[in-house]
Amino acid sequence: MHELSLIASVFEVLEDEARKHGARRVSRVVLRVGLMSGVVPELLESAFESYKIGTLAAAATLEIEVVPVKLRCPDCGGEAVRADTDFSCAACGSRRVEIVEGRDLVVGTIDLET
Amino acid sequence: MTTKTITVVRDLLATNKQAAAAIRAELRARGILGVNLLSSPGSGKTTLLEALADRFRGRFRMAVIEGDIETERDAERIRAKGIPARQITTGGACHLEAKMIGQALKDVPAAIDFLFIENVGNLVCPASYDLGEDVRLVLLSTPEGDDKPAKYPQAFLSADALVLTKADLLPYLPFDPGKAAAEALAIKPTLRVFRVSALCGDGLDGLAAYFVEALERLRSGRA
Repeated sequence: MHELSLIASVFEVLEDEARKHGARRVSRVVLRVGLMSGVVPELLESAFESYKIGTLAAAATLEIEVVPVKLRCPDCGGEAVRADTDFSCAACGSRRVEIVEGRDLVVGTIDLET
Repeated sequence: MTTKTITVVRDLLATNKQAAAAIRAELRARGILGVNLLSSPGSGKTTLLEALADRFRGRFRMAVIEGDIETERDAERIRAKGIPARQITTGGACHLEAKMIGQALKDVPAAIDFLFIENVGNLVCPASYDLGEDVRLVLLSTPEGDDKPAKYPQAFLSADALVLTKADLLPYLPFDPGKAAAEALAIKPTLRVFRVSALCGDGLDGLAAYFVEALERLRSGRA
């Protein structure tokens, strides 16, 4: 359960971006959460709701986009999205795949009010 | 009042990743192999480190950073083996972060070969935090059940090696080591799999050799 510390990092990003753009408030935050990032979107949402009170994002809404796992195969050059945890190439069956998306936690877009 | 939408694309773990990269560079420059141990509580991380201390005695020098929510108990067990140990008590946090390791490194002797970092017992959160290690181990003990890799895929996906611990209990448990290994390998095909009993000593030679090979690779600049 490290969602609260991740939300603290989200607020560092919000404060930093608001300062850079001369904004007073944040009204919307979009987080991109990889399916294999190890965090639970529902817990991020409840952490965000608790954390935002009294901040520049007190009235902000949080949107979470779940990013599926995308694999790239160095053997056949194929790319595929997988919903399960069988990380092999859907085209040629190779097990040497790289995970190119779906492990990160990223602040995507922010709506700023000036 | 005007609203503008900006695209930022900022990684929430960027600060940790930067701190981890600095630790990795420092350890490599000092010729030290960093090893991060992940597992659920009670799967035998400290007991494995005690057994490795006995294996390496007189041949390699090791130090340990212990992560726990409370108490100095694990560090005391390691020190009783004559190994320098630095305890980090997180006071509730479920994982270690790179900046904690950066702080603790100041108390770690310079002339060592291996730095083992025993993470907080938790098969979930520690998987997301790079500590600057060159080798990440995930331990799965036989009493936990052979169905865990698919239930906690991030931990197995992030690891370099899987250590099936408490192998001496296999005759008494419905644990299928082949199934556990196959499930983990479906998630991470490059995982090295070891089966050990730290109490009986079975499998420890192979695991110790794996660390020595990784250390040699690191020192020859091929890490």
